[in-house]
Amino acid sequence: MAGYILKRLVSAIPVLLGISVIVFLIMAMIPGDPATAILGSYATPENVEKLNRDLGLDKPLVQRYFIWLGNMLQGDFGRSFSLNRPVIDEVLERFNGTLILAGTSFVICSFLGVAAGVISAARQYGAADKAITFVVLLGISIPSFFLGMMMILIFAVNLQWFPVSGMWPIYGDRDIAALISHLTLPALALATVATGVIARLSRSAMLEVLRQDFIRTARAKGVHERGVIWRHALRAAMVSIIPVLGIQAGFVLSGAVYIEIVFQWPGVGRMLVDAILTRDILLVQGGVVFVAACYVMFNIAVDVAQSLLDPRIKT
Amino acid sequence: MSFLRLLARNRLALAGLVVMGIVVLLALITPLLPLAEPNVTSTGDRFQRPFTEGALLGTDHLGRDLLSRLLHGTRLSLAVGVAAAVIAATLGAAVGIIAGFYGGRTDNIIMRGVDMLMAFPYILLALAIVAALGPGLLNALIAVAAVNIPFFARNIRGVTVGIATKEFVDAARLSGMGDIRIIATEVLPNVIPVIVIAMSTTVGWMILETAGLSFLGLGSQPPVADLGSMLGEARSALITNPHTSIVPGAMILVIVMAINLLGDGVRDALDPRLKSGALNRPMPTTLVDREGPVPAPQTGGALLSIDGLKTEFHLKNRHYKAVGGVTLSVRPGECLGIIGESGSGKSVTALSVMGLVASPPGVITGGAVHFEGQDLVGAPYANLRRMRGDRVAYIFQDPLATLHPLYSVGDQLIEAVQSHHPTSRPEARAHAIDLLKSVRIPNAESRIDSYPHEMSGGMRQRVGIAMALANDPDVIIADEPTTALDVTVQAQILSLLEDLRRDRGLAIVFITHDFGVVAQLCDRVAVMYAGRIVEAGPTDAILTAPSHPYTSRLMACVPELGAGRRELAAIPGLPPVVDRLPDGCAFADRCHKVQAACRRGEIDLVDNGPDRTVRCIDPEPVREAAQ
Repeated sequence: MAGYILKRLVSAIPVLLGISVIVFLIMAMIPGDPATAILGSYATPENVEKLNRDLGLDKPLVQRYFIWLGNMLQGDFGRSFSLNRPVIDEVLERFNGTLILAGTSFVICSFLGVAAGVISAARQYGAADKAITFVVLLGISIPSFFLGMMMILIFAVNLQWFPVSGMWPIYGDRDIAALISHLTLPALALATVATGVIARLSRSAMLEVLRQDFIRTARAKGVHERGVIWRHALRAAMVSIIPVLGIQAGFVLSGAVYIEIVFQWPGVGRMLVDAILTRDILLVQGGVVFVAACYVMFNIAVDVAQSLLDPRIKT
Repeated sequence: MSFLRLLARNRLALAGLVVMGIVVLLALITPLLPLAEPNVTSTGDRFQRPFTEGALLGTDHLGRDLLSRLLHGTRLSLAVGVAAAVIAATLGAAVGIIAGFYGGRTDNIIMRGVDMLMAFPYILLALAIVAALGPGLLNALIAVAAVNIPFFARNIRGVTVGIATKEFVDAARLSGMGDIRIIATEVLPNVIPVIVIAMSTTVGWMILETAGLSFLGLGSQPPVADLGSMLGEARSALITNPHTSIVPGAMILVIVMAINLLGDGVRDALDPRLKSGALNRPMPTTLVDREGPVPAPQTGGALLSIDGLKTEFHLKNRHYKAVGGVTLSVRPGECLGIIGESGSGKSVTALSVMGLVASPPGVITGGAVHFEGQDLVGAPYANLRRMRGDRVAYIFQDPLATLHPLYSVGDQLIEAVQSHHPTSRPEARAHAIDLLKSVRIPNAESRIDSYPHEMSGGMRQRVGIAMALANDPDVIIADEPTTALDVTVQAQILSLLEDLRRDRGLAIVFITHDFGVVAQLCDRVAVMYAGRIVEAGPTDAILTAPSHPYTSRLMACVPELGAGRRELAAIPGLPPVVDRLPDGCAFADRCHKVQAACRRGEIDLVDNGPDRTVRCIDPEPVREAAQ
């Protein structure tokens, strides 16, 4: 198993390099030069030239890439001019918030989505199936930012069950209860679409599995129907559900942007949008590379989980 | 045009189509409608409620008419979403076709790049592109199109690879056509339907994504607004004037939902498995819809008796009579063989006993199955489950498919025991090892932790038998347990079953199409044809002197070792389709002794010598069994 994990980690290196190249190239496409963007249109040509030299922008593209890559590998993602602090510090601080939000959402959508899919398949064409199918359709059609706004309106403003926005109360203790009450609405809003997608896929994966011969064997053995569904069928269906969980994790992670804006949640997504609007390129670059790299690592974890679940995969 | 008909039959898809049609129509005629100017501000009329005079949906924070802005915004959102979809589809298809058509190194390099792009969390990549290009609706469109290119490229590449290896492409190449012409005339026409379907399922997504970027302030810039930026601008007044948020938000929801409904409809209409009902999940027990009286159990010490059993498959308007009134019985310690061609209904008969026929489409429509005098057809699920595996156990064909692939054989055996007897895990495990030993699996202690895919076919079948024995059942129903095995393994399995029967006094119902197996193992045999028994009796008697023409013709098909060169007499014709059984004898069309009376009315199963029955008006004469 350790060998397998190592192998997967090594195979991630070219992907990570590819990601850095793509981000670098996208940022290199920027029209005009960043120094002017940073200094504003009233900057003197001398100052622009000096800043370009300081940023290393007078060097050829390839050389610039390797300098950037080398710095990143040493943990130096550059300096955010709009915040006037190292990019990595800001990203790490903000990523913490995103991780709490997206992580919670991911747990919610995984459990809720799989459970809904399984129940839907087990009661195919029944009332529960129809209700779930309808809710799922609604869930995958509603924009998460609109859903978030409606949740604020209903549960925070009208019913006052939860706070309107933010991660912590402005006054009062920063304890786990405060976090949960702030987290509930954004986490649910973020999880909705992914829950719908996972529920749909789980339903069809379950229907596929339930027709297999080994399900008949389980029934012929006298296994209780609950065991047939949740132990036999779900275990086999998980083989095709887990990769989708991996893909949905990416959607939850990046979809957090909208939710962070709507709920004023201090996360990477909101940081990125602000950075784009202030044209703080190094911050965008660093944030995107960091989050994408985390996602690659997460997908390795998904592969490992898959190999633990399916003994037929050679590790 | 069955596709359109299928789509029309799907009411939800039709609703989606209608809603989408209305939205598109409204978007098209928006400039012609008598609406207020969407971008003219009038600060005196800020935040008017819906249904006020002159502003049907009210006004926004700058006093602009919401209805007008909504329709213009919808127009913009639809245009941008569709444009993004078209661009992504075109470029993605081009990349995919090139990769798939040329293959090799080109393919490798392109697909590596595509994989890299897909390694990004989707929206993050769009954000990076907008960051580079700067905020703006056109840039948002480019970003959304760009991040969707890999999706199309990968799909289309897969399809193209399939086409590029087809004979007609080789033929085109041999006829001297250039690559570009081949792609344009041979590949593209076959790929376009796939592109269209992929587009129809993703356009809703793209509308959502561009709206999202606009919502973040990275898409359309004021004063022009698409639905996303309307929502973004309204957010600051969410609490005081929610209607300015709800109007554009609800519109996005309606559009995306309509597209999703339509997309699902298109996909369902194109998925042939849905047509055949193959995606129906089988229920825990077979449906029972019995007409007519429930027959009484047979007399004469039968442990398990099947009485006039009728099982049908209901598919659409057709009723396939897989089992059309079968009566059988087996006594303790007896082995009953059921023999017949594929599709004769022997497996369905066996599965009906414990309600294991997949349902839908299976329905038991008549008869009874008595176990120790108790009727099992229509028995409550709980009763049936308690008996399954405990009193009546099954052995199936092809144990690679019938054992769970992800659990070790030990876990599956332990589960079989624990389903009926509350045993501790160590106890159950010890029992499982004993079971594996009893079916002569070497190194049972270590094999117990193997997974099915790590075992040979013969070993797997032994596991299947061990599982059937787990709870010391009274009856074992073996459904072609040796068919997938080679001859030597088959012989071992048969002798194993024979020993078990002798040692444990098991009753066995053995289903096969192999007379050799019947001769070796069975006390009595029943021959099935087109869902009914045509002949039954002691194995020796029937094998030496078959009296139904079908039995004798079937036996004539069996090659004999050492019998010299002999013409194998295949039976001419095919068995009848069981949804349109002919009147009278189902075998009449293939029978060499057919006469007019054979096709007139029901032919009963009649006594024909000691303990023998036959369903024929002109049976072969019965000689004494002993030669």
